[in-house]
Amino acid sequence: MYEISTSLGLAGSLVAVGDAKLMAIVLLSLQVSFTATLLACLFGMPIGALLAVGRFPGRRPLIVLFNGLMGLPPVVVGLLVYLLLSRAGPLGSFGLLFTPQAMVIAQTILILPIVTALTRQVIEDAWLEHREQLRSLGASRTRSAQTLLWDSRFSLSTAGLAGFGRAVAEVGAVMIVGGNIDSLTRVMTTTIALETSKGDLPLALALGLILIAVVLLVNTAAFVLRQWAERHWG
Amino acid sequence: MGWLQLHQLGLSEKNVAIIVEVTLKVGAGRTAIIGPNGAGKSTLLRLMHGLLRPSSGHLDWPQTLTQGMVFQRPVMLRTTALANIEYALKLRGFAAAECHQRALDALARVGLTGIAARQARCLSGGEQQRVALARAWALEPQVLFLDEPTASLDPGSSREVERIIHEIAAGGTRIVMTTHNLGQARRIAEEVIYLEGGRVVEQTPADAFFCQPRTTAARNFIQEETP
Ligand SMILES: Nc1ncnc2c1ncn2[C@@H]1O[C@H](COP(=O)(O)OP(=O)(O)O)[C@@H](O)[C@H]1O
Ligand SMILES: [Mg+2]
Repeated sequence: MYEISTSLGLAGSLVAVGDAKLMAIVLLSLQVSFTATLLACLFGMPIGALLAVGRFPGRRPLIVLFNGLMGLPPVVVGLLVYLLLSRAGPLGSFGLLFTPQAMVIAQTILILPIVTALTRQVIEDAWLEHREQLRSLGASRTRSAQTLLWDSRFSLSTAGLAGFGRAVAEVGAVMIVGGNIDSLTRVMTTTIALETSKGDLPLALALGLILIAVVLLVNTAAFVLRQWAERHWG
Repeated sequence: MGWLQLHQLGLSEKNVAIIVEVTLKVGAGRTAIIGPNGAGKSTLLRLMHGLLRPSSGHLDWPQTLTQGMVFQRPVMLRTTALANIEYALKLRGFAAAECHQRALDALARVGLTGIAARQARCLSGGEQQRVALARAWALEPQVLFLDEPTASLDPGSSREVERIIHEIAAGGTRIVMTTHNLGQARRIAEEVIYLEGGRVVEQTPADAFFCQPRTTAARNFIQEETP
């Protein structure tokens, strides 16, 4: 009990004074996960929209595949990306292993199925509503997918958010491909894991609190945005 | 003269026949398809517009005929009323400046210049339906299909929509509409197609249809629907 309360106190003061080491870790975490989310949206949203609107062989299996991959275990993704990027691997020559870029790649792969599958659901609903009208106006399927992506932009923020939430909170993938190197590839989750095992609870707790705050903040912002959008755009 | 001909057109879903061997020539400038709920009016209209593929028979179109459709419930994109019309014009390949001008003209013709900059989805049902009509009209189709265009509107909006339909027809666009409102069919149509159970029961000039329907089915329908 005593240990927890002193740790909490120390954690609070770390956050309050804006401890440089702490802030560097938080910043890297946000940078890596935000970039991964951006990339996953860039690829996942068009793929999701085409899965919803398109008609091509293999569409059904692909939908099932992306749904299934939503539950991809982070450590397995980490392992796969590790094999790809390791010196002997096919992409070894780029020397990306144990860099933030490797972490971005791993997280992008991890959340791509989430963004894709959620986008597909959103666009499928929109397609149900708009399909006949768009066809009547002569919009091709590709054009329809583009139009509906833009039209559903606020509902789609949920998909991006779910991806970001998963990316920023996962440990396994970044641990393996980042290596948890001090002041280079150490992010919030890997630091929490390491410091807890070393017994340095204040730093771990401080990061835990910040992590929770970040996730809450982003979700609240998105919720408010969607509410406002619904009133404004109908 | 029939500009749209249907030959033995049929549509079945899961072995249930929805449209059965429909053979007809649509020749009038303003045609109303009427009949009880579930008769297959909307389905027939979708077949004619090409949104559904017939399971048997075929349609004959003049190759170059341009067509548009307005649905029972207007479907708008999350943008302004004006931009919704511009979008349709853009799809037809008009340049941006021309899209803008034509969209403004179309809104003016349905009396909605004042709401051009409003969000389309936040407009009333009646206004949205008029935007939908303006969107279809802006493309200057030779045929316009209308599926129960006033079914979910209040009487005031319905009148306004009927006025717009008359104007579109006066501009030379052929109208094919479904309705279960006999008064509306009487006010608008030159020719009536009476549909029941997916079959065309009769096709008659409007005057004759309302005074002396040829079939008992149509006679009963008129009696039931006339207050
Ligand atoms: N996609 C579909 N699958 C199965 N049945 C359908 C489908 N669309 C319409 N139907 C059926 O076909 C009949 C005609 O429908 P519809 O054309 O909407 O009639 P109306 O417009 O005259 O009220 C109805 O019995 C309806 O239940
Ligand atoms: Mg109908």
